[in-house]
Amino acid sequence: MKISSAYIHIPFCQQICHYCDFVKFFYDEKAADQYLEALEIEMDGYVPGAKQVMKTIYVGGGTPTVLTAAQLEKLLKMIDGHFDIDKCEEYTFEANPGDLDQEKADLLAKYGVNRISLGVQTFDNTLLEELGRVHKEEDVYLNIDRLRHAGIDNISIDLMYGLPNQSVELFEESVDKALELNLPHYSSYSLQIEPKTVFHQRYKKGELSKPPEEDEVEMYHLLQKKLREEGIYHYEISNFSRPGYESEHNLTYWDNAYYYGIGAGAHGYLPGKRTINIRPLPAYLKKVFEDGKPVLHEEPVELKEMMEEEMFLGLRKMEGVSRARFKEKYDRDPDEVFGGAVDTLIDRGLLEEDGGYIKLTEQGKLFGNDVFASFLID
Amino acid sequence: MTTQIKKENVRNFSIIAHIDHGKSTLADRILEKTKALTQREMKEQFLDGMDLERERGITIKLNAVQLNYTSAADEDYLFHLIDTPGHVDFTYEVSRSLAACEGAILVVDAVQGIEAQTLANVYLALENELEIIPVINKIDLPGADPDRIKQEIEDVIGIDASEAILASAKDGVGIDEILERIVTDIPAPAGAKENPTKGLIFDSLYDSYKGVIAYTCIREGSIRVGDKIRMMAKGKEFEVTEIGVFRPEPTPVKELIVGDVGYLTASIKNIGDSQVGDTITLVKNPAAEPLPGYKRMNPMVYCGMFPVDSNSYNDLRDALERLQLNDSSLQFEAETSQALGFGFRTGFLGMLHMEIIQERIEREFNIDLITTAPSVIYNVILTDGTEKQVDNPSMMPDNQKLEEVQEPYVKATVMVPNEYVGPVMELCQRKRGNFVDMKYLDDNRVNIIYDIPLSEIVYDFFDTLKSQTRGYASFDYEFIGNRTSDLVKMEILLNGDTIDALSFIVHKDFAFERGKQITEKLKDLIPRQQFEVPVQAAIGNKIVARSTIKAMKKNVLSKCYGGDVSRKRKLLEKQKEGKKRMKMVGSVEVPQEAFMSVLEINDD
Repeated sequence: MKISSAYIHIPFCQQICHYCDFVKFFYDEKAADQYLEALEIEMDGYVPGAKQVMKTIYVGGGTPTVLTAAQLEKLLKMIDGHFDIDKCEEYTFEANPGDLDQEKADLLAKYGVNRISLGVQTFDNTLLEELGRVHKEEDVYLNIDRLRHAGIDNISIDLMYGLPNQSVELFEESVDKALELNLPHYSSYSLQIEPKTVFHQRYKKGELSKPPEEDEVEMYHLLQKKLREEGIYHYEISNFSRPGYESEHNLTYWDNAYYYGIGAGAHGYLPGKRTINIRPLPAYLKKVFEDGKPVLHEEPVELKEMMEEEMFLGLRKMEGVSRARFKEKYDRDPDEVFGGAVDTLIDRGLLEEDGGYIKLTEQGKLFGNDVFASFLID
Repeated sequence: MTTQIKKENVRNFSIIAHIDHGKSTLADRILEKTKALTQREMKEQFLDGMDLERERGITIKLNAVQLNYTSAADEDYLFHLIDTPGHVDFTYEVSRSLAACEGAILVVDAVQGIEAQTLANVYLALENELEIIPVINKIDLPGADPDRIKQEIEDVIGIDASEAILASAKDGVGIDEILERIVTDIPAPAGAKENPTKGLIFDSLYDSYKGVIAYTCIREGSIRVGDKIRMMAKGKEFEVTEIGVFRPEPTPVKELIVGDVGYLTASIKNIGDSQVGDTITLVKNPAAEPLPGYKRMNPMVYCGMFPVDSNSYNDLRDALERLQLNDSSLQFEAETSQALGFGFRTGFLGMLHMEIIQERIEREFNIDLITTAPSVIYNVILTDGTEKQVDNPSMMPDNQKLEEVQEPYVKATVMVPNEYVGPVMELCQRKRGNFVDMKYLDDNRVNIIYDIPLSEIVYDFFDTLKSQTRGYASFDYEFIGNRTSDLVKMEILLNGDTIDALSFIVHKDFAFERGKQITEKLKDLIPRQQFEVPVQAAIGNKIVARSTIKAMKKNVLSKCYGGDVSRKRKLLEKQKEGKKRMKMVGSVEVPQEAFMSVLEINDD
């Protein structure tokens, strides 16, 4: 299997969100200039010669659009120089509603970016402020207009639920507003309070509380129902789209396929190993300028891990895991590999098997981790 | 003779101190000064050999080190420093090691003064007629008040403190003076080489190559390699294979004679055959009487120990057997619990002893354990007149079959500054204590004595005491016998099933309150399951309290973490590990801590 996806990380932000634990730093023009140089060196390492054909490219962050127009163009040219954009099916940039002006939107379109993932999170201005986001509700509409004006219609937005002080009604308002935008793709995930974030600090001090689990479940059900009614189907635990607009790039993760991970803290999956890049910016830069290889460590992925991951990643997809495909790929039946795990989970009402596909039930979607953990072999 | 030094120049002593008052540091300095160790060889606190000891800052097993010292008058002396454990669980071992000495250095913290533990050990030393050299340590600390402490030593202990040595073991101050005073104040051991041999065993440990290594102090006569010896309490006989002294590493010698302190091995397979306090004599020309003071140590506290993974049952038995080789006071027998499966009922001298054994099993033998709440031994008289001993609450007969239940009581001595008398008395009352006496030791400190059921102090009494007196209270207790109490068995039901391992014995007057607290506590401790779980407390058939663990609604990470699959994997592995540490009890997953929780109740 060849490598036909790439993830490129831009670790800069105007402001740090209170819940974010990705690799990010306050934007600094000089640092960003250096970083772009480093990215180019790292890319050269993976793609030294002619442009490589990619099925998907995903530029995430941080906030890629925090770069100045000039820096953004440099980045776009660089990607264009290494990968065959004409043949790329899906070329996504993450953007924040706050910092996408028309110039940048046009630039993205000009260089072949054909999909944007907007970090909207919620349409409620008070909640936005509590999350530490810079943008306001109005910015979302403005940005979507600019993107459409530039010719990019394939837009996805992120919505969060289970936020502190978020009621089911408040979430419903956001979902309604999101649907009014008539977009082809929506991602929605519940807030996780991660270590080393502002939220975690507050949570530990007891200053922050999440809505009760019951409410979160209600929000999730509400989300599924409202989107289904609009013809937007649920294709992965936290992703919804109109048919044909699934995120091909995210599916490479769930399909257990290979991808490059480029940039500080980026993760990649190459034949036989997962790569994890150095996270701190200075250390990342130093290593790239030294030898072009900023990989902090590599985790070997042997047959056992591959089979486990096939299940716990694949089951995130609503279509589930094909028994036949599994057999074809590993020459063994899942029951042989995982003992009675599938049957036990079917008995517990968390999995079902339908047309040769093993997949989560409605209850299973709520208890995904219990299902996934059952596919770790002792 | 082990050295060229005559018996008149031998000094056997030990150091008495409260935890944290600097005993181990002082021992280190003495070892340094007598060049038993070079600075480079020294690990901090050399005498505390086990990792666990060093981490907890306490001494568990005793040590005896031989030191050479040249006095100011240029005469050579041989010192034996016998280290003692500093915890109330090990009082008997302390008393035996003191019995091997003629003198003791009493270390008192220059700021904190005398503590109950110090007092208890000083009394043990006085009982053994030891010469006591008071040392006021940590005089470098701000707030050090040596004059006040001297006064306290005189008032509280009643010994002359006018010549107390002012020291700072940390900075090496006063060490020379201490060494000189050992020479001048502590008498040489009595006894004669010609008398029938008597060696006091003050500690023993098990070595997988040599068998039992008995630490002994020769009070009369001598022992050589090849001698046939007899353990006087048990009557068993062995042939001595090795004799040695600690310098501080074990160093073989040909003979130990009266006054010497060292070790011997004799292919002894079972540590129970070489019990602390026993007397060694020679089969040929045996002593008529053993040395006084031998006592068989009986466990005071019992708990159930179960492997989390039932496949580890045999490993757990092996671990307990191995630990028992080294610790004859540890007792265990097989136990079966409906909730926890196969395990062992295990007896300990006290709570610290129990914690140490648990930790060693988990750490050294790598077995995940579930331990049930500790219990004391109840003496039960049934309606049919028969009597039995119950060390496991789940084995307590039904309440209607009970004529009378007796429980062990202890005399608890608490020493505190004046202003905490109120909280201490309140705590003791709440723990069903009966007031015995209160004595003002000086203007500031009070000694409060209560008779309290042992079951009330085994768990968190000391911690509560410390927190309610801002750390100022010190505490000691001794067993005084059984007394009749109005006790009932309380059972806990999860999802309708009685969980035997959660049963406990409680006084009738406290039963309802306890039931309420424990059901609430379990509700918080047991994670939500995929269904609702009622938690009930019952006495007989009567439910006295109830709480409900609500059903879990979701467990899924919706966030995708970009392509960070390693992280997802780690989270799932962690979840899986977490589950392994849970025990399936009926249909409910219960975490290990829950089984100890029956005693962890805040009384306020």
